[in-house]
Amino acid sequence: MGSQVRVYRQKIKSAQTTKKITKAMELISASRIQKAKQRVAASGPYSRAVTRAVSAVATFSNVDHVLTTEPEVIERAAIVIFSSDRGLAGAFNSNVLREAEELAALLRHQGKDVVYYLVGRKSVGYFKFRKRDAEREWTGGTDNPEFATAKEIGDAVVSRFLQPASEGGVDEIHIVYNRFVSMMVQVPEVVRLLPLEVVEGVEAPDDNEPLPLYDFEPDASDVLDALLPVYIESRIFNAMLQSAAAKHAATQKAMRSASDNADKLITTYTRLANNARQSEITQQISEIVGGADALASAKK
Amino acid sequence: MADLTVSVVSADQEIWSGTASMVVARTTEGEIGILPGHEPVLAILGSGEVRLTVAGGGSVRAKADDGFLSVEHDTVTIVARSAELVEG
Repeated sequence: MGSQVRVYRQKIKSAQTTKKITKAMELISASRIQKAKQRVAASGPYSRAVTRAVSAVATFSNVDHVLTTEPEVIERAAIVIFSSDRGLAGAFNSNVLREAEELAALLRHQGKDVVYYLVGRKSVGYFKFRKRDAEREWTGGTDNPEFATAKEIGDAVVSRFLQPASEGGVDEIHIVYNRFVSMMVQVPEVVRLLPLEVVEGVEAPDDNEPLPLYDFEPDASDVLDALLPVYIESRIFNAMLQSAAAKHAATQKAMRSASDNADKLITTYTRLANNARQSEITQQISEIVGGADALASAKK
Repeated sequence: MADLTVSVVSADQEIWSGTASMVVARTTEGEIGILPGHEPVLAILGSGEVRLTVAGGGSVRAKADDGFLSVEHDTVTIVARSAELVEG
């Protein structure tokens, strides 16, 4: 009988320990989320300026540039997946991976080959487990993205894009990442980076006044040459920052519900343990009373 | 004469913003000086410093490599992957 109480006590202990850990993780991500949000906001002026400049060049010059013109036949498409390095973030990674799978299925259906670029240990693990190949992988530092990494990814995809398709180059580049909407909501998002669709979502210049007629120095195509890689990098960097903020928010949410569940478990097990203890006591009393009765009747 | 609204931004933050009466930058083609009323320009920056003459007097110098400069409606934006203010 006593053994049952002991089992419940053990379960309560373990739930309490788990709760301590999840609570700590919740607090940690709550504090990191602020910083990550600030970084997203701080990178805003740069990406706005770059986007505005790129749309100015793309709209006001009639240059045919490789990065803006759509090839007639698209043979191969690249997908860059932004996942996190660590789990314990609810559906964060599975959402982004599922979205990427759907995109890949769609692209394959259109008769395109798909190559992958992976960011974050979780997506790398997912691919390894399924024995699938990825073109390149970047792991570590997804919690606190560095611009240098974004530049590296940008260089890698742009140089692959500039290769002719016959030599293994890609004709399309898509990115899949979790966008930070609010503390409670993170949405996996798919964006086609190249060929360029400048007017899109959050990064589009919000004022509708027409862009002025620019004078380009040295000339429009050179400016475009220099700007587009910068634009790609800034989009990638933005995706990384968004993904980091979303990861912290997802972790916080997951850890809060884990702590709540631990609380529930503790309550349930405490009740059960009390019940067990009480029935143990009741039984002991009835045994003692029964024993005393037996002794008393034997004496007579 | 109206002043220029200037902002210097790098990839992860805004380095400086304010009003200036003149901006001098080095593009790949050579130095360019911008006064209020300049026509819209998009130029690639060469390596070198950007000098701003602040509206109230004084000057700010910033190192902005590997970036570009855009001018429109008296708004000057200097954008670089990495930029920093130079002291003195």
